[in-house]
Amino acid sequence: MTSVLEPTVTTADIRPIDSRALSRPQVNTGFWSWITSVDHKRVGIMYGVTAMAFFVIGGLEALLIRVQLAAPNGRILDANAYNQVFTMHGTTMVFLVVMPLGAAFMNYLIPLQIGARDVAFPRLNAFSYWTFLVGGLFLYSSVFLGGMPNGGWFGYAPNTSIVYSPGHNIDFWIGGLLLTGIASTVGAVNLIVTCINLRAKGMTWFRMPIFTWMSLVTQFLLLFALPVITIALFLLMFDRNFGANFFNPANGGDPVLWQHLFWLFGHPEVYIMIMPAFGIVSEVIPTFARKPLFGYPVMVVSGIAIGFMGWGVWVHHMFSVGLGPVSLTAFSISTMFIAVPTGVKIFNWVGTMWKGSLRYTSAMMFSIGLVAMFTIGGLSGVTHSVSPHDRQQTDTYYIVAHFHYVLFGGALFGIFAGIYFWYPKVFGQILDKRLGKIHFWMWFVGFNMTFAPMHILGLQGMPRRIYTYPEGTGWEVWNAVASVGSFVLAAALLVFFYNIRKTDKKHKREAILVGGDPWDARSLEWSIPSPTPEYNFIESPEVHSVDDWWHKKYTEDSEGRMMKLPEYDEVLASGNKGLEPGQTVHLPSPSYYPIIASACLMLAAYGLVYGRSSGANYLLCVLGIGLLIATVEAWGLEPSTEPHDSLDDPDADLLFGLTPAEADRVLAGGHDTPALGAGATPEEPTS
Amino acid sequence: MTTTAVAVDHADQHGHDAHAHPPTSTGVSNEKVAMWAFLGSECLLFGALISTFFLYRDRAPLGTVKPHDLYDIPFTSGSSFILLMSSLTMVLALSAFRRGEHRRSSVWLATTAILGAIFLGGQIYEFSVFVREGMTMKTNPASSAFYVLTGFHGTHVAIGVLMLLALVGMIARGKLPQAKAEVIEIAGLYWHFVDVVWVVVFTVVYLLPL
Repeated sequence: MTSVLEPTVTTADIRPIDSRALSRPQVNTGFWSWITSVDHKRVGIMYGVTAMAFFVIGGLEALLIRVQLAAPNGRILDANAYNQVFTMHGTTMVFLVVMPLGAAFMNYLIPLQIGARDVAFPRLNAFSYWTFLVGGLFLYSSVFLGGMPNGGWFGYAPNTSIVYSPGHNIDFWIGGLLLTGIASTVGAVNLIVTCINLRAKGMTWFRMPIFTWMSLVTQFLLLFALPVITIALFLLMFDRNFGANFFNPANGGDPVLWQHLFWLFGHPEVYIMIMPAFGIVSEVIPTFARKPLFGYPVMVVSGIAIGFMGWGVWVHHMFSVGLGPVSLTAFSISTMFIAVPTGVKIFNWVGTMWKGSLRYTSAMMFSIGLVAMFTIGGLSGVTHSVSPHDRQQTDTYYIVAHFHYVLFGGALFGIFAGIYFWYPKVFGQILDKRLGKIHFWMWFVGFNMTFAPMHILGLQGMPRRIYTYPEGTGWEVWNAVASVGSFVLAAALLVFFYNIRKTDKKHKREAILVGGDPWDARSLEWSIPSPTPEYNFIESPEVHSVDDWWHKKYTEDSEGRMMKLPEYDEVLASGNKGLEPGQTVHLPSPSYYPIIASACLMLAAYGLVYGRSSGANYLLCVLGIGLLIATVEAWGLEPSTEPHDSLDDPDADLLFGLTPAEADRVLAGGHDTPALGAGATPEEPTS
Repeated sequence: MTTTAVAVDHADQHGHDAHAHPPTSTGVSNEKVAMWAFLGSECLLFGALISTFFLYRDRAPLGTVKPHDLYDIPFTSGSSFILLMSSLTMVLALSAFRRGEHRRSSVWLATTAILGAIFLGGQIYEFSVFVREGMTMKTNPASSAFYVLTGFHGTHVAIGVLMLLALVGMIARGKLPQAKAEVIEIAGLYWHFVDVVWVVVFTVVYLLPL
């Protein structure tokens, strides 16, 4: 396939290179092609692989915690090391694993599901990924530079202020979160514009696939939640670096302000983590139940409702602060209410499976796992909405059990369902089903062994974040069980990695080709070959209904039974069609600037950390920002392809402003290229 | 069908939106939707800062100077007026560009940048006076909140000034053809937003009595 896509450029097309420092790179394979790629699919894969690497690191931290707590008087870690490990476990899993895994799916799938050729701003997309990566590397560089952050993933001030945390640990936490925050905000703007503006012809709002819908809600939550934590982090940074008094009680500052700002971000954040997983299982379950999603519009609306209501419940993280009966009552009620749209989703998934002809693929098993495990987590969540009850549970392992049931039992089960489901689309290989099931059952058993006992431990009064506990507390047995469970989970993850390796070998050995639609699925991404060709769709699809691809294959008979359309085979074959010889597709060239811009930001972040030790180090910030401005300038003036082909004189750059729909019109009319230009004739440039 | 070029990179280039109304799903260009989304995010950024200021504007241990003791309302009203006038010149710049009068447009853009710079100069002067009067970032929560909120706004103005100067440079080098008039409109959206935020900040910080 790629050979067809090689740019059809002869030397005659290459015009003199202008004076720009870096022309757009032209590599399609190898290391540099990944570094400079702006293809949403590659960016998605890079997000996924990076997040998996961080998942292993965060998982190892979890194992350290469990080894330490397996028996009373654990001595593997001292108190300070334990603080670093649990802080980085939480920070890693939230910011470097679950969020970017969601971003991986969204980057890869949104353009495919809405019939677009890329996201709205491909280079910004690459910039988001690189900024996330440098944020993660920056956070973990603290290991070698004086110690990892140790103030908890929630970073409560004034514990994180300079008086109590004089080291650079917290500075790294602030800088790392600011970097990943920039990455997510830019990504949110990009994907929101993509969903709003790049939908294929006929894809009205209520024909948009449910995964894309949930992603859109997630992106809006990111867009509005991230600035709040950005400000909180800035205020903390001003306290630490410039002696401000935001969280300094000695001088009239209010620690509760941090809690409000953090949780005003932090609660939408939990929906940011879970919504993509909801979207994933809402795609998987209908496919393997062979029924449409039960109550699609209700699912969409309840997703939006969760998005809105997610802003009105943050105080339930602060019930023990002493905010007074009125706010406690109000936020208790709003927290109970948010269970309603969430419950609607659970019932709709069950309704989708009801009387369906279920196929128990690995993806389906993980999806059902989500429905069951998230329900438990959701119910324990409702128990904390009752504020007197919460007083009993707060800061105990009961809370730890609860949020692992929603984030591990919810988000991670959903994400693995998604991996098994879309793996063939992304890599052209189907993961081994038997190993997938072994993975699932070990995952399921290990998960429940690890986290179910924590409910009991919490109710027995075991506090969170303690690095050790004495004998005779009655916590010994369940802690030991939980620790064994965590190793079962780790083994399950190894099975998954082994599955990837084995599948790859098998597919290469036997030269197995996966068709475009291996699961007989429903949405547009299955209407193109696997793995997805570089250009996504040859022609922009036209959409007539929700689950458009399904309705091209199936219909109902007079009694409402599903039946294949006569053209089923023909439709399926059309999905495997690649470019015809002679057809070329015009893609944007890769670019160096996204990664350079991210590196500039990283430099500035180091300046913030070390500026505190010596004012001269702020020059690093100045340098970073200065280089960033220069980079942005060069980025802005970069042409869309390199070398310019015959179409791509400065005016005809405008060609690339065409949307799929417009390009489609050209395709349909069979115009050759000059006509393309004619449609977009610019007005006279003046100067 | 001979060689078929399929356009892909909808908007990733230096703001080419080819036409006045690019055929996106909504009819609004990607860049413009992106700017609106970004400004939505900015609302929460300033919202969080303004809330913080509200909480802290009277938090000052006895004997320390707080912002309300030092305001020079006539002076700040003057610089606010200058900033608001820069929105007018921004509109004039866009309108001139749309008419094809690029030179006139760049004069208006430069004027806008200068007015923004004068506002910034006023802010720096104001800060230096306040520091001389004994109110620094470290004095009390009220002073911290004041400097961070108004400083954040000032940073936004400074970014806007850079953006305007870049546009002036692009026009001078002929890098901004007529078809890209929307670039100026989008820069204008940002600029007007920063002005509107100042209207709120000025009211909340300076005019509302304690």
